[in-house]
Parts: sequence; C-alpha cells; structure tokens
Amino acid sequence: MSCSAKAQDSKLSELNRFMDALKGLSRSESNLIAILHKVQELYGYLDRDAMDEVAATMNIPTAHIWGVATFYHYFKLKKPGKHVIAICLGTACYIKGAGEILEKLKEELKIDIGGMTSDGLFSLEEARCLGACGLAPVMMIDGKIYGSLTPKKVSEILQGYRKRSSGE
Amino acid sequence: MIAPLDILKKKRSEALDRIHSKEYLSVKRVHVGMATCEIAAGSKEVMDIFLQAAKSGLTDVCVSQKGCAGRCNFEPTVEIMEDGKVPVKYCKVTPEMAKQIVERHLKKGEVIGEWADNGKLKHPEKERFEEGHLCGKFFQVFGDVDFFSKQMRIVLRNCGIIDPENIDDYLSVRGYEALAKVLTDIPPVQVIDTVKKSGLRGRGGAGFPTGIKWELTARQQSEEKFIICNADEGDPGAFMDRSTIEGDPHTVIEGMAIGGYAIGSHRGIIYIRAEYPLAVKRLEKAIADAKSAGFLGENILGSDFSFDIEIRLGAGAFVCGEETALIHSIEGHRGMPRPRPPFPSVQGLFDKPTLINNVETWANIPVVIIHGADWFNSIGTQKSKGTKVFALAGKITNTGLVEVPMGTTLREIVYDIGAGIPGNKKFKAIQTGGPSGGCLSEEYLDTPIDYDSLAKAGSIMGSGGMIVIDEDSCMVNVARFFLEFTQNESCGKCAPCREGTKRMLEILTRITEGKGEEGDIEKLERLGTMIKKASLCGLGQSAPNPVLSTIKNFRAEYEEHIKDKKCRAHFCPSLLEYTVTDKCVGCGVCKKACPAGAITGVLKNKHEIDKNKCVKCAACYKACKFNAIARV
Repeated sequence: MSCSAKAQDSKLSELNRFMDALKGLSRSESNLIAILHKVQELYGYLDRDAMDEVAATMNIPTAHIWGVATFYHYFKLKKPGKHVIAICLGTACYIKGAGEILEKLKEELKIDIGGMTSDGLFSLEEARCLGACGLAPVMMIDGKIYGSLTPKKVSEILQGYRKRSSGE
Repeated sequence: MIAPLDILKKKRSEALDRIHSKEYLSVKRVHVGMATCEIAAGSKEVMDIFLQAAKSGLTDVCVSQKGCAGRCNFEPTVEIMEDGKVPVKYCKVTPEMAKQIVERHLKKGEVIGEWADNGKLKHPEKERFEEGHLCGKFFQVFGDVDFFSKQMRIVLRNCGIIDPENIDDYLSVRGYEALAKVLTDIPPVQVIDTVKKSGLRGRGGAGFPTGIKWELTARQQSEEKFIICNADEGDPGAFMDRSTIEGDPHTVIEGMAIGGYAIGSHRGIIYIRAEYPLAVKRLEKAIADAKSAGFLGENILGSDFSFDIEIRLGAGAFVCGEETALIHSIEGHRGMPRPRPPFPSVQGLFDKPTLINNVETWANIPVVIIHGADWFNSIGTQKSKGTKVFALAGKITNTGLVEVPMGTTLREIVYDIGAGIPGNKKFKAIQTGGPSGGCLSEEYLDTPIDYDSLAKAGSIMGSGGMIVIDEDSCMVNVARFFLEFTQNESCGKCAPCREGTKRMLEILTRITEGKGEEGDIEKLERLGTMIKKASLCGLGQSAPNPVLSTIKNFRAEYEEHIKDKKCRAHFCPSLLEYTVTDKCVGCGVCKKACPAGAITGVLKNKHEIDKNKCVKCAACYKACKFNAIARV
C-alpha cells in the first residue's frame, strides 16, 4: 500500500468513526452539515468517494447530499491549492478598496475567484467579512490575516510564500 | 433543599478563592486582547512576550487574555491593572513595545504615557452605576476613554473585562446569578412578564418584541420545545455577535437557559457561522465548563430544571439568518425559507415549538433579570428600550464596536464616538442594516437610533452593521455592491427575489458601465417595490432597500451616471476620461502599458491618449510614475 493510500484510509476510518457516533442519535440525518464539515476538514474539500461513503453509511440519498453541499458557499467541491487565499469582499473592505486588491491578486496569480494557479501553489476564494473590519482591506492566507493591504503589499506577501515554497 | 441562589453563592466564593489563589489579584494584572480582530492585528506575539516575562521571574504579575473591548483601530490592546490605580490602557502594542512595557512598567512601575490611551488619565467614572451593577465594571476600567463616554454597555458589559475562557471570571462578575435567581423564586410566567415589561425587542433586525415571542412559545402544549440562538451573522461588515461570543460566551448560555426555563424547553441549539472558528471554540469550552459546574445539564443548581445546549455550524449561506431557513439548515437540509405562519413559536425545529432569538438579545436577558424591567426600561426611547451594538467601520477614524443607548443620534456615533472621517474627506452617507438596510445622507445625521426612526428615514436598524461612506465612494456602485451580494445569496425559491434581483443588478451594472438609459431609475423603483411586496422571506423583502434608499437620497448621482455619463466620486472606471497632463516627461511607459494602442507620442515629449481607442482599463494610470495621467 502506498503512503498516500494509507493516508486516505486513515481519513476514511476517522470519518466513519465520526459518523458512527452520530448514527445512534435520534434524528441523526439532521447532522448532515456537521458531517460535510468533517469531510472538508479531513480532505480539504468534498471528496467524491468520501461523499459516497457518507450516503451509504448515513442512509441519505446521494442527490440530497449534493443538493445540500452545493447550497452552501463554505463547502469546496474542488481540491484547493497548497495555500488558500481568501480575499474579504465585505462592506468595510469594499469601501476601503478591496476591488483594487482583488484585481492585483487576479493579475499576480493569473486566476479568477474559485481558481487555482497552474503550479497548485495558490487558490483564490472570496470571503464575506472576516470580522477584522478595523484592518480593512484584508485577506486571509491559510488562516492568517493580512490587513491594511495595498496592491504593493499583496505582491510582497505572495512573493514571500513563493520564496518559502521554492526553498522547501 | 438548598436554594439555587445559595448554591450559586457558594460556587462564586469558590471561584473567587481560585482566582485569588492564582494570584490573580496579585500586584499587577496584564490583560491582553485575544479576539479574532486582536489576533489579526498581532496580539499573539505580544501575549507571548508577557507570558515569557511572567515565566522568567516576574512573580507579582498575572497575565490573562480578554475579549475585544471594541477599539479595533487601536489593536492589539493591553491593559495593566493595579488595585487603587487607574488601569493603564496601551494601544497598538508591538512585540518591541511589549518588551519595553515589561521592563519599564511592570518591573519599574513607570507608566509609558505616550503609548497609553488614557484620555486625560482622570479616574474612571464610578458614580454612574451603583456598587455591583452588572454594567458598572466596564466603566471602572474604561470609563476615562473618550471612545466610551457616550456608550452604555449592557450586552458587551464583560467584553474586554474578563477572560472569556475562564468560567471563574464570569462568576466573579455575578455570572449565572440571574439563572439562579429565576430558579430560586421566580416562576416562568413572571420571567416572561419581566421580559415583556422590559420592552426588549429582537436585536436580529426586525425588532419583534421579545417577551411576546416568549409568551407565544410558552403557551404551546408540547412535550418537546427548542431554544435557538441565531449566531449566523451574515451581514458582510458586521461582527457584533462574533465579538460578544468571543468576549463573553457564558452570558449567551445563561440567557438561553433562562429562556428555556421560561418557556419549558430542555434543549438549546446555537447555530453559528463556521467562519468564526475562535467563537466556536470558546462556546464549546464555555458549554463544557458550564456543564461541569452544574449550570447546564440535569437538575441545574439542585432545581428540577434541566437544560442542555449543542452547537450547530452554518456553512456560509446569508439566507440562513432568516429563522425558517435556519431551522431547515439545522435539520440538515438546504437552508431555504418557508411561508409563515405557522411561526416557529408554534411549529419550528422538527415541527416543535421553537423560540429563536439572536446573540445580542440573549445577552441582554441576564441584565434584565438582575436589574429588573424598570431599570432596563429607563434606557432608550419610548418604543425602543435598552442599547444597540453596532460594528462601526468604513471611512471612519475610530473603527470598532460601539454600544449606545437607543435614541443616540447617528451624528453622535460618527463624530463623537467615531471621531469623524479621516483624511479631511467629506461625509457622504451612512449605511445601516447591511444588505437589508439603506444609505442615509447627511440630512439624516440627527436621526435618533431606534427601530421606528430609522425605518422612517428609509433604512433599518438591522443587526448592527454601520458603514460610513465618504465622498470617494460612488453611491450607485455601493447599491450595486449590496445587490450583487443579495443576488448571490438569494436561495432561488421564490421568483420575485430570484429573478427580480437579477434584473435589478443588470440595470445597475449597466448604469455603472455608462450604458444607463432614460427610465432606468423608474424601472429600478418599480422592480424594487414589487420585490419587496412579493418575496417570500426577509431576504427578498429587504434586498431592494440599498437601491431604493440611494435613489431616494442620492438621485442626482444616478442621473449623472445615466445622462452625463459621469461618476462624481471618480469610482466607476467606465465613466472616467483619461488625459495626459503637463507633468508628462515622455518616458513612454504608458504607451507600452496600453493594451489598446491608444497612446501616441515621441520619447521625451508629452504623449496623448486617443479617446476613441481608449478602453478605460486604467493601465496607463497605474503605470505612470509621474502622476501625469489624470482621470476625471
């Protein structure tokens, strides 16, 4: 068994453990969204095979599961890049020039929102208010918030990630 | 049987002992802000320095975390407290400054005046509240800071004061006393009566009287009833609920438990955005701590009342702030609303009677119970009682969380609390209520903040987003921004919202691109009015508000866009004209940058832009190093 297959296996068994704990509860199907969160936590996105597993284990039709998954913005249907950039497009950031920041990101990464760079290093998402309005405009890379952005600062930040990645 | 209130008192004195034995009340206490916003500003690194210092020999110092007090533009913030002295409030603390604070303040007792925001270092106001008043503690610490002088802290009374992850801290500020009090000697009917008399109205936006909602749910005969806390704060520019939960999670739990007791429910659910990981973590810890301390679970404080709370995560759908959509989401479905009646108080979660209130409403409850309906009633205006929390952001000097008594004017918030617009810019509009609200112009600045006055002015109270807009923003584009948001978030169930907002967005986009036509404004008004009337839920019914209110208050800007093809804020790129000014040195950079070949000129001579070829991409404007490209 290859290394990555083993990793997949352990993810699947963790997912199954999570579902087993919920299965015994009354109205267990109401926990579907919690299960989808777990899948995304484990895989980084909603992996197709894992979703089939959810359908079989929880006895919920696959169509219903995908119906729910596609309704909510938080769930990713595509595998994200190594670093996930979420640009805040909330009101405070918009008023303080998030549009310009987004343009710069698109220009530097040569992708649109929802896309991933050809080297798989970055993917770009939009966020609706990260709650750091005092630092607007902001973006978040892998959970770290960068505030008071200017187009120039964006270039520098991306350059930092690129450098670190090529150094690895 | 020992009365719940006596059990509480015992638990509180044990908590105080633990706090004291931890040398909490040792000579100096350091509070470091550790809310999402503070951490984003770099408070973790600052915290590490204080912790390190405490570990390596500073024995008379106790370091603790705190939630966000609301001064976003001063973060990271650090307070140093010593008994009998004015608490010193350091702002914008960098790791380097933290090291100096350790050396100079903590070791040598020197207050570094230039870093401290202590107003005039006068003593914090103490007279405003009687001893032991729940809302008094905040002003004992922050009373001398100008930002707070016009504020009143009921909901945020403990935010920035206590360690949100330490239940002992909550107990020390009379936490869970309201719950113990009702369990001891206030029957459910009387609890509901108190809430009714207090005049508290739902803080989620619509302002429905809370007590009546409680009464309706209490009246239903059912084995099972639910309490829900709506923490799905979807307004893109509002963070009141996040800060409340991150700063004082127990108050929400206590409020919900009191609600459960009043209506006869044993199960509570907090529906919270997954985008708020820290708030979720703090809630989880608070629920676990409350359970092991006996404030949740079976037979709370020795009474026969049992209540438990679980957390359900949202997944980024704005419409789930609507109560019936939220219920569907908890049930594991697509979060789509359904027609009301039946209202959730009759038929809600799993078809059982359900009482839904939002975070801010729940956080008011313990104060209403402890200090009574009459006290609560004394704050605010005739029809809107108590306070409202706003997330003040946008083009304003002091961004942050403000909690003001109802009846405070918009002008007081913008100029007295917010300290006006930075950079000598002119005020243009204030937006309240987020995508469901409206934009008010300068003439409305003296509007008192209450549900009815704001509605009359053409906006809404909303959940608490408040964005200040200056002359650099184009109002047509602001309206387009909000409509794009609601259009995107429209769940698609009813046609007026699904199709109507799409058409409105198309018209607005056209206008901002310089393709507006005569009659567009009237079309927007007609469509907007129709969507408001015909949509199924609050999302659609309020989606046209930003457009209708900007048309009402800024009609001239729309007309300029359509007739003169001009944007006075120089914001809409398609409506700008690019020209080369005399600053041009003829370097040729703009000529290379232009994708349309619209720029001609000889090296070292002034270049020209051919207006007919220009595609208004602004590439030349950005490329020019001499600011020689003008756009008007």
